[in-house]
Amino acid sequence: MADDKSKAAQYWSTNLRLILGSLVVWAFVSYGCGILFRPLLSGISVGGTDLGFWFAQQGSILAFIGLIFFYAWRMNKLDKEMGLEE
Amino acid sequence: MDQFYINLLFVGASFALYFGIAIWARAGSTKEFYVAGGGVHPVANGMATAADWMSAASFISMAGLIAAGGYANSTFLMGWTGGYVLLAMLLAPYLRKFGKFTVPDFIGDRFYSKPARLVAVACLIVASVTYVIGQMAGAGIAFSRFLEVDKDTGLVIASVVVFFYAVLGGMKGITYTQVAQYCVLIVAYTIPAIFISLELTGNPLPPLGLFSDHTASGMPLLAKLDQVVQDLGFAAYTADVPNKLNMVLFTLTLMIGTAGLPHVIIRFFTVPKVADARWSAGWALIFIALLYLTAPAVASMARLNLINTVYPNGVDAQPIQYEDRPEWMKTWEETQLIKFEDKNNDGRIQFYNDKADMSDKGWAGNELTYNRDILVLANPEIAQLPGWVIGLIAAGGLAAALSTAAGLLLAISSAVSHDLIKNSINPNISEKGELMAARASMTVAIVVATYLGMNPPGFAAQVVALAFGIAAASIFPVLMMGIFSKRINNKGAIAGMLAGLVTTLVYIFMYKGWFFIPGTANLPDNVDNWILGISPLSFGAIGAIINFTVAFVVSNATEEPPVEIQELVESVRYPKGAGAAVDH
Repeated sequence: MADDKSKAAQYWSTNLRLILGSLVVWAFVSYGCGILFRPLLSGISVGGTDLGFWFAQQGSILAFIGLIFFYAWRMNKLDKEMGLEE
Repeated sequence: MDQFYINLLFVGASFALYFGIAIWARAGSTKEFYVAGGGVHPVANGMATAADWMSAASFISMAGLIAAGGYANSTFLMGWTGGYVLLAMLLAPYLRKFGKFTVPDFIGDRFYSKPARLVAVACLIVASVTYVIGQMAGAGIAFSRFLEVDKDTGLVIASVVVFFYAVLGGMKGITYTQVAQYCVLIVAYTIPAIFISLELTGNPLPPLGLFSDHTASGMPLLAKLDQVVQDLGFAAYTADVPNKLNMVLFTLTLMIGTAGLPHVIIRFFTVPKVADARWSAGWALIFIALLYLTAPAVASMARLNLINTVYPNGVDAQPIQYEDRPEWMKTWEETQLIKFEDKNNDGRIQFYNDKADMSDKGWAGNELTYNRDILVLANPEIAQLPGWVIGLIAAGGLAAALSTAAGLLLAISSAVSHDLIKNSINPNISEKGELMAARASMTVAIVVATYLGMNPPGFAAQVVALAFGIAAASIFPVLMMGIFSKRINNKGAIAGMLAGLVTTLVYIFMYKGWFFIPGTANLPDNVDNWILGISPLSFGAIGAIINFTVAFVVSNATEEPPVEIQELVESVRYPKGAGAAVDH
């Protein structure tokens, strides 16, 4: 039982770390590259405009998809490793 | 064949398909009615979620919004997709594990409180009703434009169709019709976009075409667009936004609002397992992205096309004669969506930004005004595509409106029959009785939505402010805290929800009028009067922060939640085991 408890705690803290890391990327691509850092990225040109514009209209959406699939893959694997899958 | 009959054929065929699905997918139990029996494949659920999510606004209006605002309106693109990351990681898997039927169900159980459940029901109903009115009205307009019936008649036809599959099949019928509706709407959206992208850039993929060279001028498409709009006195399409704080907060409000909208969340209750809920969010975003990556391309290309139509010899040369205008302009003039007024009586269409003085050219003001929806609706005609593509757009617009309307109506009716009737008024109601109550609530919800669609109240135009504001400020934070904190108790949750809700509503009402009654606003709704430049539409994110803070402070000042509630929180965190506290 004690073992189950520590395993559960470990599972949850891994999940929290994974979420935190993913949300840092989530915020970086959209609020960072797409909005706040756009002036800093204006030197990098992409198809007639700059990298910040690309992130705001395309890059962030692609990154969101990548993040969700990465998270789903990682967590579903963790469920199996910990014997917590349904 | 006459365009009217082509449209009729496409719309009729798509409706026949929806009816067929409705008959096949009848609901026999409350579980089937509320969550489609919990057996929907994650990819199918992803498609259904995409149709559920992408409304008439996404399909018809979003490209026009981006065309008008350029970079500044990228907020909608990021905001309406980024919420799925939050859903996938912060809400969907745990709420699926919880395994009940509605969003207020979780709030009521987790915060062991009937008042909390009722506040959640109220938030859900206000947000969803505001949202559904726009869908019904959108369906009515799509009908009237493409099938030449009166707007109200169109609305009634749309309601009857929704009634048929939503009342009969509940979530089960809605899910499988949404899958079909997704296919219809995505084909309808992308086909004209592919043609227009090929025509302008030679690239068949619109998202790549957006960043390619404009064939006619050899310049990058966006550079060309920037140049012509600036020559006409408009701001550059890719121009940066000075008020970054507001842009960040607005995007954040749309993201957490998306994650907190009940009709989206309940879609994740329909998949078999927690693992499927995670995958399903990813699939949903892929299907959504197919449209959301195409929309900005449609936006810039349609705007350039429109300018090229008016200035066939370039913006430095004379615009076209009104008499020589293309056929599509004549068609859409009849709908009043595009209007021409010859202010300087020269018979030509001067289309430019009035704020720039062009009197040296003999121009006396902008002479062409258009509704931004026209950029999608008239897209096939502007690109000179065959009639069947127009029929497809008609069917696609209706699919987008109806699929979202059905999802919203289910969220409303399940909150009424399950949370109000079953869990608050009459807990002893039988399974059969609850299923009847669910069907009856759905019927009432459809009748009310139809009536409000015909006579839209003032708040109907405030979907972004009201629905996203409420979902962001009250529903999302309380769900997240319910999962990620064991310490938040009933008092904290209720205080937090109310604090977030009230501050957000007050801030919106200050600028948009109390209860949206014209003339009751305290301050003019413009950037000079906004506190720190924060628009009322962006306040939901601040409301969410207030909600989190109040809930935290109040909970820590009062007693801990009971042990069984802490066990409940434990149990939703793990897909299996670790305290089977909840009795399913």
